[in-house]
Amino acid sequence: MLYQIFIDPFVQMVDMPDFLLQVIWEGFVAGVLYALIALGFVLIFKASGVFNFAQGIMVVFAGLTLVGLHEAGVPAYLALVLAIGVMAVLAIAVERFVMRPLVNQPDIILLMSTIGMTYFLIGLGEFVFGGEPKKMITQELGLPTGSTEIEIGERGLVILQHIDIAAAVIAIIMVSALALFFNKTRIGRALRAVADDHQAAQSVGISLNQIWAIVWFAAGIVALATGIMWGARSDVSFALEIVALKALPVLILGGFTSIPGAIVGGLIIGIGEKIGEIYWGPLVGGGIESWLAYMIALVFLLFRPQGLFGERIIERV
Amino acid sequence: MNRHVDPREALSDGDGIAMGEVLLDVRNVSLRFGGVKAISDISFDIRKGEIRAIIGPNGAGKTSMLNVINGFYTPQEGSIVFRGKERQKIAPYEAAASGIARTFQNVALFKGMSTLDNIMAGRTLAMHRNFFWQLLYYGPALREEIANRRKVEEIIDFLEIQHIRKTPVGRLPYGLQKRVELGRALAAEPSLLLLDEPMAGMNLEEKEDMSRFILDVNAQFGTTIALIEHDMGVVMDISDRVVVLDYGRKIGDGTPDEVKSSQDVIDAYLGVSH
Repeated sequence: MLYQIFIDPFVQMVDMPDFLLQVIWEGFVAGVLYALIALGFVLIFKASGVFNFAQGIMVVFAGLTLVGLHEAGVPAYLALVLAIGVMAVLAIAVERFVMRPLVNQPDIILLMSTIGMTYFLIGLGEFVFGGEPKKMITQELGLPTGSTEIEIGERGLVILQHIDIAAAVIAIIMVSALALFFNKTRIGRALRAVADDHQAAQSVGISLNQIWAIVWFAAGIVALATGIMWGARSDVSFALEIVALKALPVLILGGFTSIPGAIVGGLIIGIGEKIGEIYWGPLVGGGIESWLAYMIALVFLLFRPQGLFGERIIERV
Repeated sequence: MNRHVDPREALSDGDGIAMGEVLLDVRNVSLRFGGVKAISDISFDIRKGEIRAIIGPNGAGKTSMLNVINGFYTPQEGSIVFRGKERQKIAPYEAAASGIARTFQNVALFKGMSTLDNIMAGRTLAMHRNFFWQLLYYGPALREEIANRRKVEEIIDFLEIQHIRKTPVGRLPYGLQKRVELGRALAAEPSLLLLDEPMAGMNLEEKEDMSRFILDVNAQFGTTIALIEHDMGVVMDISDRVVVLDYGRKIGDGTPDEVKSSQDVIDAYLGVSH
């Protein structure tokens, strides 16, 4: 038994390095998508201290809007622009009807309001687009399909799906752009200022309402990108909302306020759970992928409650 | 026609108010929190170019008064006239846009950000390029960033904090944090600067430095300053006029000498037997 737990999986890894690489790649891609969802959480948490439970459904909603518009006969690229517009409208509505009336309320109330928003968006999405899973319009958007096979050694073979490569590249571009935006521009500074001290931010002429709208819009754009990428790998359906909760262990690992943390956390969880599933899963009959992430996070909490890159002990939520 | 140019007029920074004229007029302001009266029917004015001190024992309503002026609180009664415009209710960012900058009693800096970024944040209102230009981070937005950066470097030189430009302010000692906070307020190039206990918790040397900066700001930029301070020596030294509050009422208003010899003020500070 001990042999099976501690030795055998590693023997397998060494025996079939190409297979290990394949597993790591799959985990990496899943991790990138987890990281993108976590990034949406981090943006909103940083600027407003709100844990946005609705980030998952925003991913679904954004994806559905895009596909739904295209089904209604709108050209793909126009649908993309319109979907961005819908996310902007959503951001302004959230600021006006949720954030503004609830300002200075305890965090738990804001959390509850985002749970309420989740169910509102589920209802709205089903009402407008129906509850059936939809196919993402991958080709119409000009995203690559197909795959590349890389030979390793004599018999080794790693298969890379082009859409996965595109997902990774787009994620990297988005994260770099956000990092630059946060660090180098007036609005980015204003976002960080609001995150640090509301009163002082107002006293230098920053409008909280404007900043909140911008930050929800940015989270909406991240959600749209995530929706496209994830939708391209499976389908766009409300089941994605549950998968999006994987962002929670990612955040616990990476820290709620850190963008690099969201990325590193996402990759650790993505790769960790794939490797766990493949090499250790069979020992308990498989299916550990769905809970392993939470276990990793739980263990992690014992040793470093503020996360890898977190600024301080998490008091909120 | 040979127009006589008043040197004081020439100094005014475009808000049409000459030096020595009323810049801010507080008219019969009352502020309540539920049943608690923080400020009762207070009127006073601040003239352009002066250093105006607001003093009084703890709980006199000094900070509440500043909060009314910069829009954190909305008074139930009375109004504020700033640069000739009367207002009842104003959002803090609007007050900032109209030319009021401030510091806080307990330093309120953006702790995770560097000194440079904190002071750049103070220039928020001087930068206008919108969200989409900023996203591009190219052309106008970049030029704007560079121009403002130059202004910020001037302020950093003025306050002698070059050595901590890149340090996250959370790590700085208290006295320097206060100085950075002053820098952030100055970055807005305000016409009225509100300082809430700029020297609280400082040692003598730091107080002298801070007094010098306040006087220099006033003299070099012509900035009007209203400050709350507990150190009477400092107040008497640097302020032109003093308003004294006690239990939310005004009990004295005048030059430092007038105030010092007022019986009401002496009673408030030393206590009086009834």
